[in-house]
Amino acid sequence: MTGWVFMLPFAVLFILVFLIPIIVSVRSSLFAQQPAGEGLYGGGELVDTFVGFDNFALAIGSSSFWRGMGRVVLYAAVQIPTMIIAALVLALLLDSFIVRRPAFFRLASFLPFAIPGIIAAMIWLYLYTPEVSPFMQYLPDGVDLMAPGTVLLSMGNMTTWTYTGYNMLIFLAALQAVPGELYEAARLDGANGWQIATKVKIPLVRGAALLAVLLSIIGTIQLFNEPVIMESANPWMGKDFTPMMLTYNSLLGAISPSGSGIASAYSLLMAFIAGILAIGYALLQRRKGDAA
Amino acid sequence: MSATTTDRSAARRARASASGAPSTAVAPKPMARALGITALIVATVYFLAPVFWVFVASTKNNRDLTSTFGFWFGEWNLGTNYESLMAWTQGMFWHWVGNSVFYSLTAGVIGTLFAVMAGYAIAKFAFPGKKIAVGVIMAGLLMPVALLTVPLYLEFHTLGLVDTAWAIIIPSAVSPFGVFLGMVYAQNSVPTELLEAARIDGAGESRIFFTIVLRLLGPAMVTIFLFIFVATWNNFLLPLLMVSSQDLKPVTLGLFGMMSYFAPNKGAVMLGALLGVIPLIALFFSLQRYWRSGLAAGAVKG
Repeated sequence: MTGWVFMLPFAVLFILVFLIPIIVSVRSSLFAQQPAGEGLYGGGELVDTFVGFDNFALAIGSSSFWRGMGRVVLYAAVQIPTMIIAALVLALLLDSFIVRRPAFFRLASFLPFAIPGIIAAMIWLYLYTPEVSPFMQYLPDGVDLMAPGTVLLSMGNMTTWTYTGYNMLIFLAALQAVPGELYEAARLDGANGWQIATKVKIPLVRGAALLAVLLSIIGTIQLFNEPVIMESANPWMGKDFTPMMLTYNSLLGAISPSGSGIASAYSLLMAFIAGILAIGYALLQRRKGDAA
Repeated sequence: MSATTTDRSAARRARASASGAPSTAVAPKPMARALGITALIVATVYFLAPVFWVFVASTKNNRDLTSTFGFWFGEWNLGTNYESLMAWTQGMFWHWVGNSVFYSLTAGVIGTLFAVMAGYAIAKFAFPGKKIAVGVIMAGLLMPVALLTVPLYLEFHTLGLVDTAWAIIIPSAVSPFGVFLGMVYAQNSVPTELLEAARIDGAGESRIFFTIVLRLLGPAMVTIFLFIFVATWNNFLLPLLMVSSQDLKPVTLGLFGMMSYFAPNKGAVMLGALLGVIPLIALFFSLQRYWRSGLAAGAVKG
């Protein structure tokens, strides 16, 4: 029972912050905020009305939800592999005795992670703005980093800049936990540096890679900071550019249909899709691992 | 196990590379080395150039920002930018930084203590429902937290906590990752024999925890504190939903408002960005070895 006493403070907060919100969102997704109807045009005060699965029907039938989801999935499909491969290459380079003092490079690549996402997005927004940017003038004429065709890539660059160093440290930690004798044995068997990296080191960090990709998938589904900042300068993006923006703006009433009911339905739908993508990826990796 | 192994092997490698003769790893060929160094330099420029640019931009006025070379200083306008930052934020800027410090510190201290208590309980005690508790907390590790923020807002609205400091501190203080880390450390660095000896000597459970266990879990606590502190400082969606009073805004929210509601002096905005992250960067660099041990635990176990 002593165990529960130590567990209790965390458990109380966990229930308050994780479990109750899930129950609240399920309950709230079954209600809509509809006018009471005593006004002249059916207006009047908003009251919670039980609507069953209407909110889910609305959410599933919402083309802006799926457009946003499509953008986020496309974004993830390009950004996550780019970032994970870059992080892996950097970790292998720092683990290979190419430089005497890896500490400097390690710190430099991790520095962007210390910058809040919203501030990083503000910085990059200015870096993409032609009049202020220190490098836009050197790009070919007509390159617009915030046009419909490029804005996803530009945001992908922001996330890559912020999180590559973080993922690199995860890989580096996994690499450095490998006993050096393993490399000596590979060396004695006649393996060269490239073979050691591809045949010994990369398979050894597979667990870390799985974790990094899962966390990235979950992070990307909730993409919010970067598109909000980009939208503040590019109104064409709209208030529903990503599902998280759609949810937030529906809750605030900036988008119709609005209210906590539909916002909760969007949230649950996103959690469901994130779960499917994460589980699907994990199963895929496990099968690949078994085959290898 | 993971953390100590990593430290030891890292130390061994550091010695090997310092002597210049790596015996266990592969000495790269000159060509490979040149390519590798080039790649590392390109990556470092990519990571550092924007930070350097912010530093340069925060000293420039709008005219110099558009007309002078971006990566070097123009007319020195740091003072003017500082004044316009203060003017635009109506003197609230340092108040916002103070709020960020307060929220991150409070959430960090409470969250760390609760997380190691829970981790210790899981590692060293048997209690009914333990398996379920562990399963639920580990599921929380993979929970998309932003999706909880909207229902959390609805819940806190009902509780009357919206637009109070608690609305930021309470959610930030809950760290499933902290429990995980506390559990791993407690398993590895709190000897059960020591607890038993203390019990035989007649020490109560809370005394054992506060005088012996907390000391042994010190490094884990610094790591957990860092993770919570940085996550709280960096959070944007939570304060955006929860807090509307100018008095309660953290610096991220304050800067966002300043940027989105005015067409401000861009140098002043960049100065704000710089001043808003300096405390974080300082903390970050002074305690960087704890980051690595935290990530190592995640990487090896995951």
